[in-house]
Amino acid sequence: MKNLSPTLNYPSIWKKAPFIKNDFLRWFLFISVALYLAAALGTMDINLERIKEGLPRAQRFLDSFFPPNFSDNRGVVWEGIAESIWMAIVSTVAGIALSIPVGLGAARNLAPAWVYLICRGIIAASRTFPEIILAIFAVKLFGFGPFAGFVALALGTIGFYAKLLAEDIENCNPSQAEAVKATGANWFQWVNYSIQPQVMPRMIGLSIYRLDINFRESAVVGIVGGGGIGATLNTAFSRYEFDTAAAILLIIILIVMILEYTSGFMRKWVQ
Amino acid sequence: MPTNQTSGGEIWKQRTDKEQWIRWFFWLISLSVIAYAWQMISEKTIWFFVTDAPNQAADIAARMVPPKWSYIDQLWKPVWDTINIATLGTLIAMVIAGPVAFAAARNTTPNIVVRTAALFIIVSSRSVNSLIWALILVFILGPGVLAGTIAIGLRSVGFCAKLIYESIEEIDHTQVEAIEATGANGAQKMIFGILPQVLPTIAGVAIYRWDINIRESTILGLVGAGGIGLQLNGSLNTLAWTQVSMILLVILVTVFISEWVSAKVRGAII
Amino acid sequence: MLQLSELKKRYDTGDYALKGVSLEVPKGQVLALIGPSGAGKSTLIRCVNRLVEPTSGSVKLKDMELTGLSSSALRRARRKMGMIFQEYALVERLTVMENVLSGRLGYVGFWRSYFRKFPSADIQEAYRLLDRVGLKHMADKRADELSGGQRQRVGICRALIQDPDVLLVDEPTASLDPKTSRQIMRLIQELCIERGLTAIINIHDVFLAQMFAQRVVGLELGAVVYDGAPDGLTPDVLTRIYGEEDWSATIKAAEDEEDEL
Repeated sequence: MKNLSPTLNYPSIWKKAPFIKNDFLRWFLFISVALYLAAALGTMDINLERIKEGLPRAQRFLDSFFPPNFSDNRGVVWEGIAESIWMAIVSTVAGIALSIPVGLGAARNLAPAWVYLICRGIIAASRTFPEIILAIFAVKLFGFGPFAGFVALALGTIGFYAKLLAEDIENCNPSQAEAVKATGANWFQWVNYSIQPQVMPRMIGLSIYRLDINFRESAVVGIVGGGGIGATLNTAFSRYEFDTAAAILLIIILIVMILEYTSGFMRKWVQ
Repeated sequence: MPTNQTSGGEIWKQRTDKEQWIRWFFWLISLSVIAYAWQMISEKTIWFFVTDAPNQAADIAARMVPPKWSYIDQLWKPVWDTINIATLGTLIAMVIAGPVAFAAARNTTPNIVVRTAALFIIVSSRSVNSLIWALILVFILGPGVLAGTIAIGLRSVGFCAKLIYESIEEIDHTQVEAIEATGANGAQKMIFGILPQVLPTIAGVAIYRWDINIRESTILGLVGAGGIGLQLNGSLNTLAWTQVSMILLVILVTVFISEWVSAKVRGAII
Repeated sequence: MLQLSELKKRYDTGDYALKGVSLEVPKGQVLALIGPSGAGKSTLIRCVNRLVEPTSGSVKLKDMELTGLSSSALRRARRKMGMIFQEYALVERLTVMENVLSGRLGYVGFWRSYFRKFPSADIQEAYRLLDRVGLKHMADKRADELSGGQRQRVGICRALIQDPDVLLVDEPTASLDPKTSRQIMRLIQELCIERGLTAIINIHDVFLAQMFAQRVVGLELGAVVYDGAPDGLTPDVLTRIYGEEDWSATIKAAEDEEDEL
């Protein structure tokens, strides 16, 4: 090695190997992506006239953030916000209460096969449709108002919370679970002593996170009649009351920020 | 270990008395808040409708079957729009989220003012649902696919930037230090030291968000922002229940396929 | 060649990591820096290329004062100081070749480096260095596919392609097995001789230091407590550096090592 002759020639060209090694495949993918993007951009219905008309509105809307009008004459903003908060709390509690049995049933290491399949089915059904579609149907069934929103959000919570709970249980340390089982504990004692302590901290953090999601979602179920601040926001927009709309958006952002800090704090506190 | 002294000797208790009181207090507060919240909701509820709901459900379900299969001919275009809204929206989001994430990460942006501004962009984008963004944009840009795309983009910026900046903060600093030690400038440090470490996260986040965006873009039509939601809204308003069930089926299949595609792409890239 | 005088570093916590270190390293000397964890070894070599900003004192490389340099002048100065890291510090997701070429970043512009269009002389040199350390066939492998010893060789190539005057080596063997540690240390020693390089090597392992260095400096709590020849490391000296312990076995092992070679 040390006697390498200095005249030995080394390549003076080096190119990084491309990410997709096959030349044909690489070009094929590249061209199809380019074609797709061109086609997709083609579907954008850019109507300059309409945008020109809209820009002053955008200006007015932005202006109304400085300052926003928190004290509108009818007090609907605070009423709507309060309703959203109540909806978020109740639907999170109810949703989690429903999620616990479903989540336990959807964990492969806890439940027999038929229970597992049923519970996974429930989760998949709840996850597929956005909360807003659930809300549309809830409004059809239960009439306008926060109850419909509550049902929609609680059902949406199952798909989220039960799934994560089940995954967390499946990732539990099996030797701890075995040790408790070896003491002769029955099924409930076993879950209480070996599974619960392992999943609890994360699940508490997630429940605050879900409260956060439910609050944000409660702002939109109102658009289809499910109560909460969404209804107020929608009305404000259709009446061109941009200052009220700006105030509502700012309050939503503020509450979400508070919830985000709380969830971080709670997670630290529980662990 | 907290114990109680009784005539029978020591009795083990899990918690001290003080802890126990705090716990009771905590539960009392929580339960009263929940009870109050429930009270507020039930005041505004017309219970006749709720008790009647099973009948309503049976009625609607009966009207929804069988789905109007032939309606699919009118759904291809909306589905195509929906996919485009999700894809282009994700693209817009990623273009904005990259710089925002670097501005929000503690190790790439020491300046507290810039970082706070970036974090505020992230929180506001995340707090406002895409449907609300769509509502705003329809007022400004007029109804259509463009408003939907930008709404999806604006909503996704916060989500993507948050995940990316968290991953930037977790990079291995010595790799960056090694690049710095060679005499590289700031931009080179970025592309050689930082970017290679976060690129997998960036790709993963884009795919993950695209999957979510497919779901979200199915409903933007409810406020006029394009996609299959327009048809859903129209069918709901005209009580064309067989069309509604057809649309729901199409959404189901689209979501299912997008989930499959994103899983495949993720597997291929990472 | 390299001259440190009254170098001090105080961290924000108020602790002094370096309490006024003065050292003069002549050209071509391989100096081993030993001392317990927390003695300030890493801080010392990072103060040389200012990855850690010294609080006071001066660092001179070839009579150029480094401590006051502006950031662009500092970047130019860093090109002449190759650094080899503990845990290799390769950019794991880049290829071996990219990692080696990253040593030239100080010499090429941003867009050239972005498109990986390095000058052909650099590429030739990279291949030559990789061949020298026996890794030419690995050039297009990703760095995280390599074993520890191989990664450290790539790290060495990255430092050498800078064409440095000084090598700053931070615990090169900390995560390697004993055999690989020796190979790596020998490689560094040989390369320093081949190129007439000055080197400061931080090292935990006392007898590796004795084997491969011409001079040993012992650091304790941020101050130099020993500066001399490797065979001057008597149990007394080691006790001064590391604290009370039975050192005869360590020194014995080092002597045996010498015999083996």
